[in-house]
Amino acid sequence: MEKIYLDYASATPVDPRVLEFAKRFLMKDMGNASSLHSAGLGTRKAIVEARTRIAELINAESENDIIFTSGATESNNLAIKGTAMRNTRKGKKVMASVIEHISVLNSMKELSKNGFEFGMLPVDSMGIIDLDQLKERLTDDTTVVSIMYANNEIGTIEPIKAAAKLIHEKGGFLHVDATAAAGKIPIDVQNEGIDLLTISSNDMYGPQGVGALYIKPGIKPQPFILGGGQERGFRSGTENLFGIAGMGEAARLAKEEMAEENGRLQKIRDQLIEQILEIENTNLTGHRTQRLPHHASFTFGRIEGESILLNMNQYNIQIATGSACTSRTLEASHVLLALGLKHEEAHGSMIISLGKSNSEEQIPHIVKAVRETIERLRAMSPL
Amino acid sequence: MTEVGYSEKVMEHFMNPRNVGVIENADGYGKVGNPTCGDLMEIFISVKDDIITDIKFRTFGCGSAIATSSMVTEMAKGKNIDEAMKITRNDVADELDGLPAKKMHCSNLAADALHEAIKDYKKKKGIE
Repeated sequence: MEKIYLDYASATPVDPRVLEFAKRFLMKDMGNASSLHSAGLGTRKAIVEARTRIAELINAESENDIIFTSGATESNNLAIKGTAMRNTRKGKKVMASVIEHISVLNSMKELSKNGFEFGMLPVDSMGIIDLDQLKERLTDDTTVVSIMYANNEIGTIEPIKAAAKLIHEKGGFLHVDATAAAGKIPIDVQNEGIDLLTISSNDMYGPQGVGALYIKPGIKPQPFILGGGQERGFRSGTENLFGIAGMGEAARLAKEEMAEENGRLQKIRDQLIEQILEIENTNLTGHRTQRLPHHASFTFGRIEGESILLNMNQYNIQIATGSACTSRTLEASHVLLALGLKHEEAHGSMIISLGKSNSEEQIPHIVKAVRETIERLRAMSPL
Repeated sequence: MTEVGYSEKVMEHFMNPRNVGVIENADGYGKVGNPTCGDLMEIFISVKDDIITDIKFRTFGCGSAIATSSMVTEMAKGKNIDEAMKITRNDVADELDGLPAKKMHCSNLAADALHEAIKDYKKKKGIE
């Protein structure tokens, strides 16, 4: 049976063109970027080039605003904790939406253990943050507010520009985790008023183990990794040249191909949503239209998500679920619960995130597998 | 171990569960778990001369919840009720060639459901 991978929000394979481009940096041209000789110069040029590609992807003021990290988790930690620690004179209040990634929420919780006041912003039933609450709760003491560009579990895209305006009125900083969105939909940090933006390489067909953080000029997160002062001192350590070059190339390809790829995937996605919703007692989670174009997510009544995942895997189709049974902590997805879903509803969730290997020809096979999976599991269910 | 982290036997029972269904007017009925936690299972038994002659289950839950339910029905069928009472969660997991550590507690309730069904039978019969 042909393998159908529908879990691009968890990990994307490295694009062969990215590998082809970056592999030279594993084999030659591999001087230390801090060395003055010609090998070092080649490395420096490659890093500047990659920075430029990332800056272009998100329309940053200049490539100097981009620093490379080990991934989105590190970028989130640095942006949130570093910026909060640096700005304690302004205040010690921080906020995040309740549907943020665990690396954002845990960074916030860490701050709250160290004398900061951490507030969670609620979302509506479609996952859109409550802007009125944000406005109400912002004070002159507020420093970092973290709101994700789009959510990986429900696909909802947040009203970033409107949030930025409110936060800036109080002199706060907006950190945006764009792990799920960067390279997928257009992002313009200048136009949208984003102060700090997290980007992941392995969510846009780049290598694992590398990420980036956009830092608006004038903002200076306190660094945690100290050493030789690489990445403008925000993140010391010899650069991961292969990863950085690969991420840069992935960003270039993403920008170039985004419009066409989005149109293609959205067409497939819309048909999947339409046909899967025909199954009785099935709901779409997240926003119907204000959502990532390659993303579809559902809950199915009376059945459990890990069983859905295992059953779909028997068809050689890989999907994701927000079920407690597949999480390390055995807790139901905090995102689905934040939408107001009951635990038993959150258990029966399925997430489809499309990517380069998917095609329209796969739709009938996917829908058939979903239909048969749901029917089989419901026949066994006592609910 | 299969690529999804369960033994071949767990996946075999998950995909081809034995004894799924309901027994009308069962001699014993047991139900454990709750949907909030993500696992709910019920077991129906028919008993003749203290022997479990028929057994059926229905389960809402993950792969191991379904596989353990299926396995426990297979283990209990044809057994004397006192023997069946001795089937433990660990016995069920062992018969399935093991379960992932984190699944041992949350999704391994099938033996409990069987015990509840036997207790229900005994109660109805006034045995205890």
